[in-house]
Amino acid sequence: MLLKRIWNDRLAALSLTIVGAMLLIGICAPLIAPHPPNEVNMELRYAGASWQYWLGNDHLGRCVLSRLIYGIRPSVLWVLAALIASVFVGTAVGIAAGYWRGRVDAVLMRLCDIMLSFPGYVMTLAVVGMLGPGLTNILIAFVCLKWAWFARVIRTVILPIAEADYVKFAKVLGASQLWIIVRHVLPIALPEVAVIASSAFGSMILQISGLSFLGLGIQAPHAEWGMMMNEARTVMFTRPELMLAPGIVIMVVVSSVNFLSDSLQKALDPKLMVIRSTNGMKHRYQRKEAALQQ
Amino acid sequence: MLKVDRISKSYRPKGWLNKAHRKQVLHAISFEWDRGECLGIIGESGSGKSTLGRLLLGIEKPDHGIIAWDGQPITDRNVRQGNISAVFQDYTSSINPFYTVRQAIMEPLKLAGGSPPSFMESYAGKLLQQVGMDESYLDKYPHKLSGGEAQRVCIARALSTGPACIVLDEAISSLDGSVQMQVLELLRNLSDSLGVGYIFITHDIAAAAYLCNRMMIIQDGRIVEMVETKQLKDVQSPYAKELLRKVMA
Ligand SMILES: Nc1ncnc2c1ncn2[C@@H]1O[C@H](COP(=O)(O)OP(=O)(O)OP(=O)(O)O)[C@@H](O)[C@H]1O
Ligand SMILES: [Mg+2]
Repeated sequence: MLLKRIWNDRLAALSLTIVGAMLLIGICAPLIAPHPPNEVNMELRYAGASWQYWLGNDHLGRCVLSRLIYGIRPSVLWVLAALIASVFVGTAVGIAAGYWRGRVDAVLMRLCDIMLSFPGYVMTLAVVGMLGPGLTNILIAFVCLKWAWFARVIRTVILPIAEADYVKFAKVLGASQLWIIVRHVLPIALPEVAVIASSAFGSMILQISGLSFLGLGIQAPHAEWGMMMNEARTVMFTRPELMLAPGIVIMVVVSSVNFLSDSLQKALDPKLMVIRSTNGMKHRYQRKEAALQQ
Repeated sequence: MLKVDRISKSYRPKGWLNKAHRKQVLHAISFEWDRGECLGIIGESGSGKSTLGRLLLGIEKPDHGIIAWDGQPITDRNVRQGNISAVFQDYTSSINPFYTVRQAIMEPLKLAGGSPPSFMESYAGKLLQQVGMDESYLDKYPHKLSGGEAQRVCIARALSTGPACIVLDEAISSLDGSVQMQVLELLRNLSDSLGVGYIFITHDIAAAAYLCNRMMIIQDGRIVEMVETKQLKDVQSPYAKELLRKVMA
């Protein structure tokens, strides 16, 4: 149903195809990439496009296309994993805070406040400083920082649901808290959680690439888009395509993710519009704006 | 029989730095409700009606005093089961948006346990007929229902465990005028045919007068007056007189 509605929107369908293809190509990278991504071939330094190396070769003669393909793994797949982990923690905390309120809420939200009071980049840099640069450490830093933000946003999604009359009625019936959360709270919140998560995905991809560009993320010789751009910096004017290729891929993926997130929201709205009051709608848009600002 | 004995309730003010006094919403309320009776609880906005309703339904505990059903505390879910049920005000949020009408009506039976699925299926249809809807509604989702239909489904759902008493908190207030009347009529017919009693919480004296045998008027969390509907014209307290005058005008 939902998929069909997204499919009817051409831009969204295209975005979904791109994101889906990226994920698939990333997972099957060894099968698809024409060359091993770290294979050095000094004779082909800065070679142009050829039938064997479609996008040419970089400063060590490595296949650019293969490196782009392998770059999907840290740039998209691992970011997705970090996103899922932080959304999972954030949802659990958000539900606990929004459903039980009271003291649980106060304690959890103060904890989130503390986490959120550190500027994100500074915290990431601090973690990298302590644990050393590397993809794993950055991902750890991401999960540690993002869960608190997700928890806050998801709590605001849960609050009105936890006060809905059908939840009250289930309580009158003596339903257990697990029953209520699993049947009456979580399913209603999930579409919104999906929207919130997807709108954070794009910015996280950018951040990982940015940090790798600065040399703090994944370490050579592994391929990553941000790092590929950094490596191509010295030949920016003589061989701009080496810099453009990863740049364009990042742009395409991030815009696709953002378009997809937008249409996901649009696709979910007509149904929710009938369920929720207009007031609820306003909150949704405010949340979306907050998500974009993050 | 439901016996409410000097219950009071207060809420702590919002914000954890706020050291102001707790806000007293209900003050030593006592009354009794007899089987089959329809008792109206009438008061203006903020008088504590919904709070009293939540306490009667056992989903919140009073600070002091007890509410007992045949001597057993109402906060025990086993005491509530099959004895007391509820219909709330906001028909847009009274049914889980991802449930069909059938699932919504069957939920109380599922929670009570012990009835085979085939029985629940046919029973759901029967309940729907009792509230004046046909079985074609069983597979509909709540956003396809009108306000009146949604409230009828809620009444059917409340009836499913065969309660002796249904607490209706502003159950008709969000409906249009003529639909309000239809639902009131339905409630009255159900009371006549099934013997179910109500605690009818409302700010609408006219609606309460139509349905209730007895009315309890509350103001700022205190009972101002308890009056038989027949003697409604002879209310004593100035507050009740004022309420009545507004309706007559
Ligand atoms: N959970 C709560 N926390 C704090 N204060 C509350 C809570 N519930 C109710 N109150 C307060 O108790 C008072 C009575 O509220 P209640 O909802 O019972 O009034 P009501 O008579 O049902 O009004 P209405 O006709 O508007 O529904 C209000 O002043 C409200 O602010
Ligand atoms: Mg109320």
